[in-house]
Amino acid sequence: MAAATDPRPWTPDQPIVQLIDVHKSFGTLEVLKGVSFDVKKGEVICIIGPSGSGKSTLIRCINALVPVTSGTILVENIEVADPKLDKLALRRKVGMVFQQYNLFPHKTALQNVMMAPIHVLHQDKGEVEERARALMKKVRLTGKEDSYPGELSGGQQQRVAIARSLAMRPDIMLFDEVTAALDPETVKEVLFTIRELAEDGMTCLLVTHEMNFARDVADHIYFTDHGVIVEHGPPASFFSAPSDPRTREFLSQVL
Amino acid sequence: MSTKNTQTSADAPLPVLLPFRIEPTRLGTPRLAPVHAVLIGAGLALLAGTAWAQADAAQLSPLDVIIKWAPLLLYGFAFNILISMIAMALGTGAGLGVGLGMLSENPLLARVCWALTQFFRNAPWLVLLFFVMFLVPFQITVFGVRIPLPDWVKATVGFSLPVMANVAEIVRGAVRSVPSTQWEAAESLAFTPRQTMWQIILPQCVKRMLPPWMNLYSLVTMATVQASIVGVSEMLTLTAQVHTAEGGRPELFAPLYGFALFCFFLYCYPIDRFTARLERRFHIR
Repeated sequence: MAAATDPRPWTPDQPIVQLIDVHKSFGTLEVLKGVSFDVKKGEVICIIGPSGSGKSTLIRCINALVPVTSGTILVENIEVADPKLDKLALRRKVGMVFQQYNLFPHKTALQNVMMAPIHVLHQDKGEVEERARALMKKVRLTGKEDSYPGELSGGQQQRVAIARSLAMRPDIMLFDEVTAALDPETVKEVLFTIRELAEDGMTCLLVTHEMNFARDVADHIYFTDHGVIVEHGPPASFFSAPSDPRTREFLSQVL
Repeated sequence: MSTKNTQTSADAPLPVLLPFRIEPTRLGTPRLAPVHAVLIGAGLALLAGTAWAQADAAQLSPLDVIIKWAPLLLYGFAFNILISMIAMALGTGAGLGVGLGMLSENPLLARVCWALTQFFRNAPWLVLLFFVMFLVPFQITVFGVRIPLPDWVKATVGFSLPVMANVAEIVRGAVRSVPSTQWEAAESLAFTPRQTMWQIILPQCVKRMLPPWMNLYSLVTMATVQASIVGVSEMLTLTAQVHTAEGGRPELFAPLYGFALFCFFLYCYPIDRFTARLERRFHIR
């Protein structure tokens, strides 16, 4: 219990995210039935699996958007399931991007990016604006700073959402099916941005249906079905020689 | 009775056996077109004209009476506007508080605010007005300072109570109508619930709240004439007094009250139109 209230200082050689036997039920429906895995700093993890297999729930547990029923989640040695958890401190370390972008429609793209650092971290406005403009350039949306979300395409909105999350300077980024709502042409630009992030050394956890992208970018792939991890491995062996019949069936349907 | 007979009577349903239904009525002020104003005005002029034609030629014409008393009547109308604006301001402030209270995570506060809203939303405005008039003293003493409470102040408070309840409901509805994903996004960016409400949710609500709020204002303005029943010198009270001062001539009845109608119409109709335009614009986006 002492570890929960006074976490061991985290060092980069330890797993940055650690899940130990995580269970989650919604009422009588058990969505996660004991999930365990480690993520090392700078790793890119892709979680794939059929819909309803608990992928989104799993990723939402990591930043405490969804409370777990039992089990342990450690993010930089902070116990996420601890009821006394400082959720705000956790969420400053963990950025999240959603399937539906969820930009704030009453603010311009640049204001969307600047809001959290100014209001949550109370950082200097001038400095935040400089950083926000740099982030807009990084996601290749220079010139769209003053556009409102409603004036941007899906792919552009999603890149603003990525920039908004990065403005908090997180250590880990969670991507929850971020390309699922996009047109095929715009999927590419969003994936390109994520790939750049991964190459910069950002620790990324992605729930995705983009198998080719997972194969190219991921360091490790987890396949979930009915709330358990059925199979995992580096992409090369995972895609070429899946061992579990459920994985083989899923891959045969999506590839 | 033969089978054939029963069949025919079953085919043609007896009106008396049909279930009684109350047609759902559309809430809000009825939409009036400029043509209605012209028709009403023409009707009143005709009425006044015929009445005057039968009257004594030595008396002032209805138009002259209105012109003579217009400054006083318009002063009364300005008082209606003042009451409506103050009641709206007070009610909006309180309603915002009560509406947010209903959404509070504190169950006790939420219940109390809910009860307040339900009580004042479902009470006749006139009854609330009477209650405030007779329950609130004519003056209060705060730290030895006597603050007089004239009737019009009490009436304003009386009107602000139903405004509060209606604004609370508007606020609650608007906040609920913002998708929950906005809360999620703010949560994941480490906003506190309070910050989320004030920085992200409420600014988005303003647009949704404006049309019903303006509609409510229109209703409040028209309701202010009820203050005449409790003796506030607003337009309706003054109109009655002017009518008496002019000898209570029956032919003046329609023009004088018609003038009051006309003033309210001129004031409320543009608000109504503007609300309708806002509603249309916000629906498209």
